[in-house]
Amino acid sequence: MRFFRINAQPARATALVLSVLPFAVAVLAYAAAAYVRHAENPQDKMVPTLSQLADGMRRAAFEQDRDGEYRLLVDTVASTRRFLIGVACLFVAVLVGLHMGLLPYAEHLFLRFMLFFDKVPALALLPILFIAFGLDETSKIALIVIGVFPTIALDTYLRAKAVPSEQITKALTLGASDMEVAYRVVLPQIFPEVLDTIRLNFKAVVLFLIAGESLAATAGLGYRIFVVRRYLAMDIIIPYVIWLSLLAYAADLSVRAWIRWRYRWNVAQ
Amino acid sequence: MADDDDYAISLTDVYKVYPDGNGGLKTVLNDIDLRIRPHELTTLVGPSGSGKSTLFRLILGCEQPTRGEVLVGGLPMTAPNRDCGIVFQKYSLFPHLSVLDNVAFGLELQEFTLWSRWLRYLAQRRRRGELRERAHTFLARTGLGAEGEKYPYQLSGGMRQRVAIAQALAAGPKILLMDEPFGALDASTRQDMQLFLLEQWQATRMTVLFVTHDLDEAVFLGSRVLVLSQYYSTDEPTCEGAKIVKDCTVPGGHPKPTNFRFTPEYAELIAEIQREGLKPEYRRHLRDFDLTHRDAFRTISATEWKQSS
Repeated sequence: MRFFRINAQPARATALVLSVLPFAVAVLAYAAAAYVRHAENPQDKMVPTLSQLADGMRRAAFEQDRDGEYRLLVDTVASTRRFLIGVACLFVAVLVGLHMGLLPYAEHLFLRFMLFFDKVPALALLPILFIAFGLDETSKIALIVIGVFPTIALDTYLRAKAVPSEQITKALTLGASDMEVAYRVVLPQIFPEVLDTIRLNFKAVVLFLIAGESLAATAGLGYRIFVVRRYLAMDIIIPYVIWLSLLAYAADLSVRAWIRWRYRWNVAQ
Repeated sequence: MADDDDYAISLTDVYKVYPDGNGGLKTVLNDIDLRIRPHELTTLVGPSGSGKSTLFRLILGCEQPTRGEVLVGGLPMTAPNRDCGIVFQKYSLFPHLSVLDNVAFGLELQEFTLWSRWLRYLAQRRRRGELRERAHTFLARTGLGAEGEKYPYQLSGGMRQRVAIAQALAAGPKILLMDEPFGALDASTRQDMQLFLLEQWQATRMTVLFVTHDLDEAVFLGSRVLVLSQYYSTDEPTCEGAKIVKDCTVPGGHPKPTNFRFTPEYAELIAEIQREGLKPEYRRHLRDFDLTHRDAFRTISATEWKQSS
């Protein structure tokens, strides 16, 4: 059984086929299920056929709705905007974590609080946010930030702590001030890993985004999924879920590509 | 005796005591007196656990002595600063900077503050170019002028340590501290690096304190050898913490030709150091310490050496 050997070396083409295989199996299984259900009941709404899904997607993307808008575009723009603002706010968490890792006073000030804050289930805060900030954008972005901020801050803190003390001593003997140690020695060294953590937390960001949108919004991918749920419009919901996942996957992929390109020294180590 | 200010490094009655983890105290350094004059290449050896690294951190300013005084260039060290250059065994370069940027790092820090570097990034391009050129001359002296654009991970261990030495020298320190810098290298690279260090020392006449656990390296490199050891005895019933048990001039001039390694004086000195400092079963009495270097001095308490007995 040479397939299961640790030192197996599949050819490029084989590797590609292997990567595609689970996707193909999933699509086929779905198509088969749809076929069977539609054979029993041609009106079945639970498992639309592939062509119905494609049609649903086409209508959302290329046909104007009653307000003359292209729904998919409007929803995508609204959700992407929230996602990007949320992620941008997370860079504040990176700075908080960096200072916690380097300055003992900042560590004592924030560490316990962050650890506690990290355990507060952000979704439980959602009603409070809606009451405090109203139903508009602020509360949805606040949910994303509150949900992911402590994780990023604590991760950055641990990474900043893990930078060998020799490096810090060395920088000081070369004449660096404390802030120069933080911003020219420690931050650039841990930044690729911090980006990796942010990337892995895209899932949580999207989760909080949909949670916020499902309760109060006028546009957004999550909002649309919950609205059309009332009409059992699986032919819209399923393409939207796939589209949302594709967007998150593309975001993840682009960050990974950026790290590989920009931080060669880190990847090669 | 010369004034304290004339010495590059000066330690007087230095003790370092740590909590031992069981609520007690453990003395690591016991009454260290040491003076090192400028331009000397001094090596420090000792058995493991003798407090070499502790002494090193005191001089560097990472830690403060429990008692006594540590002066570098006549001033007390409260934190690591530009007066002391340093070369470590591990993590000796910044992994995120290219080799040339590593060397230019100290120069840039002297030139720009963090904010001026960012705010006027474009305006200062020319000045940065000049600094990089200066860094390049330091790098070229190590024979690695062509490797400037590489990152540290692309260099071999020996090359990395060469760059680390260039980086430390470029910042223009008063003294250079080296903590087992060649400890992780293979034997032949290590000998190359020793010759390289002697070359650099001859060119710059830098005051160097070189810590190592390798006797061979200590005797070959140094013009003065210090042995720090916890294996000695005094007239007190117990003695704890390391003292300088040997402080001598290495015979044969300095720097030495490579064939010094095959001379009888060399073998004899190594055997002596091993006997006097490194053997736990043989504890030489304080009165018999070999402190023959011209700068050697010490203070002794009356209980440690009862002159009447």
